[in-house]
Amino acid sequence: MTKELLKGNVAFAEAAVRYGVQAYFGYPITPQSEALEHLSGRMIDEGRVFLQAESEVAAINMVYGAACAGVRVMTSTSGPGFSLMAEGFSYIAGSEVPAVVVNMMRGGPGLGNIQPSQSDYFFMTKTAGHGDFHPIVLAPATVQEIIDMMGLAFDLAEKYRTLVYVAGDGALGQMMESAELPPMQPVRTERPDWAVTGNAGRESRVITSLYLNPDHLEKLNLHLQRKLATIKEKEVRWQEYQTDDADLLLIAYGTVGRTCLSVMREARQQGLKVGLLRPQTLWPFAEARIAKLAKQVRGILVAEMSAGQMLEDVERVVQGKVPIHFHGRMGGIMPMVDEILADVEKLAEEVGSKE
Amino acid sequence: MSVQATIPEDMEVIYSYPASMTERSTHYCPGCTHGVVHRLIAEVIDELGIQGQTIGIAPVGCAVLAYDYFDVDFVEASHGRAPAMATGIKRVNPDKVVFTYQGDGDLAAIGTAEIIHAANRGELITTVFINNAIYGMTGGQMAPTTLEGMVTTSSPDGRDCRIAGYPVQMSEILAVTSGAVYITREIVADIPSINKTKNAIKRAFMAQIAGLGFACVEVLSTCPTNWNIDPWKAMAWAKENMTQTFPLGTFKMTDAVKALKA
Repeated sequence: MTKELLKGNVAFAEAAVRYGVQAYFGYPITPQSEALEHLSGRMIDEGRVFLQAESEVAAINMVYGAACAGVRVMTSTSGPGFSLMAEGFSYIAGSEVPAVVVNMMRGGPGLGNIQPSQSDYFFMTKTAGHGDFHPIVLAPATVQEIIDMMGLAFDLAEKYRTLVYVAGDGALGQMMESAELPPMQPVRTERPDWAVTGNAGRESRVITSLYLNPDHLEKLNLHLQRKLATIKEKEVRWQEYQTDDADLLLIAYGTVGRTCLSVMREARQQGLKVGLLRPQTLWPFAEARIAKLAKQVRGILVAEMSAGQMLEDVERVVQGKVPIHFHGRMGGIMPMVDEILADVEKLAEEVGSKE
Repeated sequence: MSVQATIPEDMEVIYSYPASMTERSTHYCPGCTHGVVHRLIAEVIDELGIQGQTIGIAPVGCAVLAYDYFDVDFVEASHGRAPAMATGIKRVNPDKVVFTYQGDGDLAAIGTAEIIHAANRGELITTVFINNAIYGMTGGQMAPTTLEGMVTTSSPDGRDCRIAGYPVQMSEILAVTSGAVYITREIVADIPSINKTKNAIKRAFMAQIAGLGFACVEVLSTCPTNWNIDPWKAMAWAKENMTQTFPLGTFKMTDAVKALKA
């Protein structure tokens, strides 16, 4: 395969096709509509299912239905649409069916705007719907990474029978860069042994999230918690850059993680020993690794396009062992390298990093 | 032990559970017609020989546990979203028979968007819509289909349409969608009307199997518990009062559906 110039939204949509997505249900919303547009033609050409739903509420429930039928299925949306889907997320989690949802975050709250943001972090990692559950949340930083993560998203969703979010932002959706798409995979033809396909030749199956007996519902919850514990143990992903000798640590994900790579390089040129940890899964979170690095470094700077949401997870893990500074922009504004760098310098001054 | 197994060998079985029903007592109140309609659907599934190909979608409401009584694959939808879930299931299983079973709160209030768009797309699913003019499961509150002046726990002085709006006539609304091929309103208040309802349900399933389009059978039903009258009076009340606001009849039937031999 060769590299080609691809827009983020088109790239993840085409990647989904090549990873064998069998059905897509969605509703247009900026800044991810190009994905739906791309799939409207591609899925039909491939003889697969594409449907533009009447709302995000309907779209996620169509996804829920197709997931119950045991096919590889997804939707994509952005903030306001993601909020509308919350009902479906909870039912999908309670029923333990696999589904993938891409959320290209935009500025909020409310209608907000259509510029990039990371302010759905709490929503995706902690409050995705009513009840006790966490979806797996993947956080790509480049067009290549969102392509690769679509395959991972489907695999994890099906391995754990869980909901997987791919958390991008408006910038990643809209940017074009060269990337390589995977080879075309065939659509899986067999259905899992829990799917509703008609009871011919077997016992009837019921997929439900209703357990009126509290003992039964607690049992389901304990099972879900055990599954989440396994995911926490096995599926934490992150990337580190120059952390070996770092005494200052940057923590940022997605587009801001990429910006912080430039911040780190510039800081290194100034002689500051800065390293970067970029979470690739927001849930589960790189807790153990960050806790370990907190023993090594003198200070941490968290940067996000939010008021400080991932920051709370970092604080929870670091437990006051080293100072944590925060650089956040909101409203659809992307932080610039020099702005974050200025905060790195301030942190260095405070904790005495400079040699 | 199954009912069948308790019958002496020298006796002939002339009435039994349909194969598509489980041999389980329902949780429905005395005089409620959910059980009647469940049985009609199961008989239709048996008669059409589609038990192994059928997938049902249960609603939120009194019939939330409908899947306990049908011996076919089932899923449980969130409130009002059964038509969207059915769409997802049917689109990836075009060879299966998919039906939703929904009450008036589910279909005529919280799920109006989903039902209208499923109908308008001509989604190849069948909907059985139970209209008993009240919210049963939550304890007798006003439904979108509660009659004008009718007392409920959330319209204690009777439904005042200037405040609460008017009873929603879903069959009339669904009939004007282009994708609907068969929309009818029936009642299950006596033997003839029960037989007629069964025929309508059968025709609605046949319309799906023939690939003709969306079909919905609205069934005027009773809720003696929340109407605060006995089951016998409830039947008469439904016939006398509900049919005033919700006239019986077929609101849409295409020629192709008419030609089906139900």
